[in-house]
Amino acid sequence: MRKSNLRSRVFVIAITTLISLLLILYPRTTDEQGRKRTGQEMLKDFTSWTAIKANMTSHIKLGLDLKGGSHLVMQVQTDEVIQQLTTNNARQSEEALKKANIPIKAVTSPAPGQVIIELTDAGRYDEAKNKVKNEFGPEWEFSKGSATVLNYNLTTIGNDQRRAQAFHQAMEIIENRVNAFGVAEPTIQSHGPEKAYQILLQLPGVDDPERVKKLIKAGSTLELKAVVGQPQVYETKEKALQSAASSGGVAGNMEALPVDPKGGAVEGGFIVVEKSPVITGIDLRDAAAVPSRYNPQDYEIHFTLTPSGAERFGTWTGANIGKYLAVVLDGQVKSFPRINDRISDRGQITGDFTKETGEDLALSLRSGALPAKIVYLEERTVGPSLGADSIQQGVVASGVGLILVMVFMLAYYRLSGLNAIIALILNLIFLIAGLALFKATLTLPGIAGIILLIGMAVDSNVLIFERIREELRHGKIVPSAVDSGFNKAFLTIIDTHVTTIVSAFFLFIFGTGPIRGFAVTLIIGLLANLFTSVYVSRSMFIYWLARGGPKVDKISI
Amino acid sequence: MIEIFKDANYDFIGKKNILIVISIIISLLGIGTFFVRGFNLGVDFSGGTLVTARFKKAHDDTRLRTALVKQNIDATKVTIQPISQIGESTKNDVLIRLPQTVGDEKTGAGIDADKRAILEALTNHYTEVPVESRTNKVDINNSGSETIKNALITKAPLGGQAGAEEEYARLATAIIKHRDNDKGGLINDVNEIPSTGFDPKLIAALKDVFYASDFHILDASVVGPQVGKELRNRAIYVTFASLIGMLIYIAFRFELIYGVGAVVATIHDVIVTLAFFSIFQWEISLNVIAALLTLIGYSMNDTIVIFDRIRETLKVKRRDDLDVLSNEAINQTLSRTIITSGLTFLSVCALVLFGGPVLRGFSLTLFIGILVGTYSSIAIATPIMLWWKHLTIDRIKLAEQAKKAAKAAEEAKAAKPDKTAKSNKSEPSK
Repeated sequence: MRKSNLRSRVFVIAITTLISLLLILYPRTTDEQGRKRTGQEMLKDFTSWTAIKANMTSHIKLGLDLKGGSHLVMQVQTDEVIQQLTTNNARQSEEALKKANIPIKAVTSPAPGQVIIELTDAGRYDEAKNKVKNEFGPEWEFSKGSATVLNYNLTTIGNDQRRAQAFHQAMEIIENRVNAFGVAEPTIQSHGPEKAYQILLQLPGVDDPERVKKLIKAGSTLELKAVVGQPQVYETKEKALQSAASSGGVAGNMEALPVDPKGGAVEGGFIVVEKSPVITGIDLRDAAAVPSRYNPQDYEIHFTLTPSGAERFGTWTGANIGKYLAVVLDGQVKSFPRINDRISDRGQITGDFTKETGEDLALSLRSGALPAKIVYLEERTVGPSLGADSIQQGVVASGVGLILVMVFMLAYYRLSGLNAIIALILNLIFLIAGLALFKATLTLPGIAGIILLIGMAVDSNVLIFERIREELRHGKIVPSAVDSGFNKAFLTIIDTHVTTIVSAFFLFIFGTGPIRGFAVTLIIGLLANLFTSVYVSRSMFIYWLARGGPKVDKISI
Repeated sequence: MIEIFKDANYDFIGKKNILIVISIIISLLGIGTFFVRGFNLGVDFSGGTLVTARFKKAHDDTRLRTALVKQNIDATKVTIQPISQIGESTKNDVLIRLPQTVGDEKTGAGIDADKRAILEALTNHYTEVPVESRTNKVDINNSGSETIKNALITKAPLGGQAGAEEEYARLATAIIKHRDNDKGGLINDVNEIPSTGFDPKLIAALKDVFYASDFHILDASVVGPQVGKELRNRAIYVTFASLIGMLIYIAFRFELIYGVGAVVATIHDVIVTLAFFSIFQWEISLNVIAALLTLIGYSMNDTIVIFDRIRETLKVKRRDDLDVLSNEAINQTLSRTIITSGLTFLSVCALVLFGGPVLRGFSLTLFIGILVGTYSSIAIATPIMLWWKHLTIDRIKLAEQAKKAAKAAEEAKAAKPDKTAKSNKSEPSK
């Protein structure tokens, strides 16, 4: 029975080792140019040490602190979103009431998520409520303030929903922009608690995050706004606003925006437009940079609108023929053409664009405007030279640690020490295979974890061997001493591994990036250790004892 | 076979009171240093900017400070710390740290304002190439491969030649490889760039596109003050959660008081380790906290080994004398404890000596922690368990004695009337 037990054990160990080695050393299937490699090329790899190393490193994901790269944590300012939603709703309900000729005392938004409509005539209360029904969907809660006051409050669910929506939209836009600029294997994910609305961006190999930050910040907001009164450009904001007010502009719905001075021909100044836009970035379907008909060096942006945007735009332009429309890009008026005709689904932006600036702008328009501002919370960059240094130091330290431990084990436990060393080496192989299998990231603390594991892995063997020595001292015969040693030490080994794994688990929760790498490395290593120091080690003893026959009375321990 | 501590029979438990007193004194001293010396919090916890720069020449503190101050960096807040290298010291690495707590946020400046100021300072003061010769040129020691490639594309030294862009990309990668792998990040002179395999026209044009400054940024971290505060809080919560987790596990495997003993021992370890950091003002970074959490898990191991043995012996020899039993257990497991800790300690030594400056905090934490942890399993965990047991067992014993005494008194009372009858009988013999 012993023999078949041994055989099945050897089988299990051989299979796991083989699979692990495959996971680590499997040659890359595509070469640097992305071309698929033939079986012959892949086999040839095993003849060259550099090729083997290259294959190994291709399976193990290196963390930013080893590879070099940038780590950015940003927060989407969702408060702005709620603020804007409130202001827009207030504005739109005011307009709806005006159109229905319902006299209003005031429409105010004293706080984000709160709109108060005060009527002058209590008799038209229900009519008014009906008119603004469209603006305040199910996420708003209505309450009657008094005979003439309608209160609308954004529900908590509505609030959360809108914030989450803005957050996901922002993340998608950032993802598109980062991808479009060809960063290899970026990580973009939600970071931290849900309500914190934080995004984590990891860019391996990018050691200058300024360019990417600029790219992300390029929140190109395109808005089409009605020009108030005559399309006059004034020198100062005050002059512009004064004149607009005198020609009948509504004070609450006016703002003076800077006008883009084009090629020095027109002096920069201010023009007054209506605050609430007719069309915003959400209504954009597509944008492209196209060389101007008149001058091929000059580029223009041609954009098309979504069906709902097109409908709104069509209605508005149809009702405002003869008026002027300001094309506002990032808060700057690019042009203000006259509306001659009902336009529905397309438009263009002109203004000194080169091929590059035009294409950049079209890209940021296409990928959408960020729904809210982004604030950076954390920014770390590691240059690749530090990464290379760290790897080298890590490897040297591992080597030294390994040698120290091996020397001690051989000296103190003699041949059984060899047993422990073989178990340790298998442990390391399984660990690296585990990292490759789970696509876990190896970070610098992770390498420290491996070094730590070298010491901890052997601990389990020491527990067992010391127990065996004790049993021998008490006069047990060798095979039974070995058995007792393993059995009695087993529970203790489980205990010690569980406590360390539990604390590694807490580490995983606490840390990000490099520390998570450490926790994962430690956990995989300890699990592998349970296998090697108990099952494999014992198998080796069984083999040894089987060789010596049933009456073994000495063992090198 | 070599055996250390064979048949060990030291009297640990006998001295348990002394040991507990010593441990309490050390812990109090440790806590004292926290208040007296405070902690050197890294930017991870204080918020702020940390830039690691490698210089061509040896570190000159005054020069660097002047350069930073010229860029309006607060001289009282910035710390400059040269990194000591064990072994080869041809590299001059310096840590520049500028903390930024929640109070000093300059609105709207963005968290990287300090980082940019530091970079400006270095660019302005650590370049031998005069300003006029470097306008419109790119610093080859502080650019990524994309920047280098784009600089070449803009200057277009190969003109409109077909395949020019691929050549620029290839040269950019070669420059980066040479700089980072061979030169440790610092190229002395643009002429040093290896030219084999590239168009000589391209190589000749390099000095018109690039210049080499005297510094190279190894890494830069900016942690917003809010994030710093959050990480501080999180570190404390997770440490407590971890300790409670341990308590529950050991209480479950043994008894509650064992859990308490183990956790108190671990808290002692954490205090002593942090005390070292406080005294020597070593920086407390995220890595240090990671090492502390690892220590909490690891420190339990020795304690468990001893408790396991006590439990095993208890099964065989029922409560002979718990003190004696525990001492036996400790002695029996002594070689195990010393060797297992010793082996892990060996690996940590390798880490401290060869692991490099980035891991220094991590390795030092474990270095001290393992030593203290072994001591505390013997000197604190077991004695606390014993002290409690005495308290509870003695109370039970006293209660039993009291019961016995009460019973005896009752029996005595019941026996009294017989006695008087007897004495009456013996009287007439007079």
